[in-house]
Amino acid sequence: MGASAAGLAAVETLRREGYDGTLTMIGAETHAPYDRPPLSKQILASEWEHDRLALRSSGDLDALDLDLRLGTAATGLDLEGRAVVLADGTRAAYDGLIVATGVRPRRLPGEGDAHVLRTLDDALALRDRLAEGRRLVVVGAGFLGAEAAAVARGLGAEVTLLEPAPVPLGHAVGNEVGRVLAAAHLEHGVDLRTGVGVAAVTEAGVRLADGELVEADEVLVAIGSLPNTEWLAESGLTVGDGVVCDEYCEAVWGPPGRRLGESTRPGTSPAGSTRCSGCRCASSTVRTPPSRVWPSPATSSARRRASRSLRCHTSGPTSTT
Amino acid sequence: MRVELDEPKCVASGQCVMASPEVFDQRDDDGVAVLLAEQPGDELLDGVREAVAICPAAAIRLVDQ
Repeated sequence: MGASAAGLAAVETLRREGYDGTLTMIGAETHAPYDRPPLSKQILASEWEHDRLALRSSGDLDALDLDLRLGTAATGLDLEGRAVVLADGTRAAYDGLIVATGVRPRRLPGEGDAHVLRTLDDALALRDRLAEGRRLVVVGAGFLGAEAAAVARGLGAEVTLLEPAPVPLGHAVGNEVGRVLAAAHLEHGVDLRTGVGVAAVTEAGVRLADGELVEADEVLVAIGSLPNTEWLAESGLTVGDGVVCDEYCEAVWGPPGRRLGESTRPGTSPAGSTRCSGCRCASSTVRTPPSRVWPSPATSSARRRASRSLRCHTSGPTSTT
Repeated sequence: MRVELDEPKCVASGQCVMASPEVFDQRDDDGVAVLLAEQPGDELLDGVREAVAICPAAAIRLVDQ
């Protein structure tokens, strides 16, 4: 479940390692799997056409022999019946399930319209509103907010970048490097304001915690993400800040400590940025930053996960834990 | 089979060099991948397929001629 980088890595690994049974990949977005990091860079800057984001060509996807269902969100999971309940009312039956439904952006309260930047459609919507002299306020100077601010400045927009911490990205790269990044933004004409709390998005801009209004034509909220786990809420799986799983990345369900691998073994595993906690692929609990610097923990955890489920399938109904 | 490297997509992770050192190298100054053999021999294709699969930027393709 999930048709982005992690879901793709999982189905490719299964095929490469010899699984020749039915493979269904279902995703809420209408686009075939695409690369997200360029959204806040080359796409926002109009340097690339969006077809360049495709992670695989249509021919490569065809070769995987998938039952690929795009534009179809999941609304529930029936563990006992071994089926995912879909938004169109149908059910997708499974023997093994990989949860790779990812995250969505956190938003701010308030009645005003604000952009977020997670999907291709988000990026195109923001891009269409940026131009010379437009006033953009970016809330959050993390990787995503800082990148978008820099691109928008390059397009000639008047950019204000609001950050609650005293140094942008200090938690990620340290205060010394964070100060260098802050200086670079200021040098390029970004109005970087640190130590600023934000209360709400209004029709006129962004209301700060101290009551001041920062006026804007467009607002981008880049303050982190939340796991897409609502569809699992009634399933019996243990959901915290993501899908809670054991050290082997198997989802945990029912009474405390009971695992899917025991007794009924419905075989449900999270992968990618859906976040699992407690497992050996601890890197997947870290949200993949929207940068192009590091290998994606999302895809590497999906490959490990898919490889394990394949071994389960080929070795018969033995416990995996 | 021909290897295609989309250089502007490369994020210099070096995964391709680990998977297929005969076919890929990295530039010294910025780590971006370099193609050593555009049409590698059949004995090298398994390594290239591994590189295609693990490239975090999906910057490598193996195409039929």
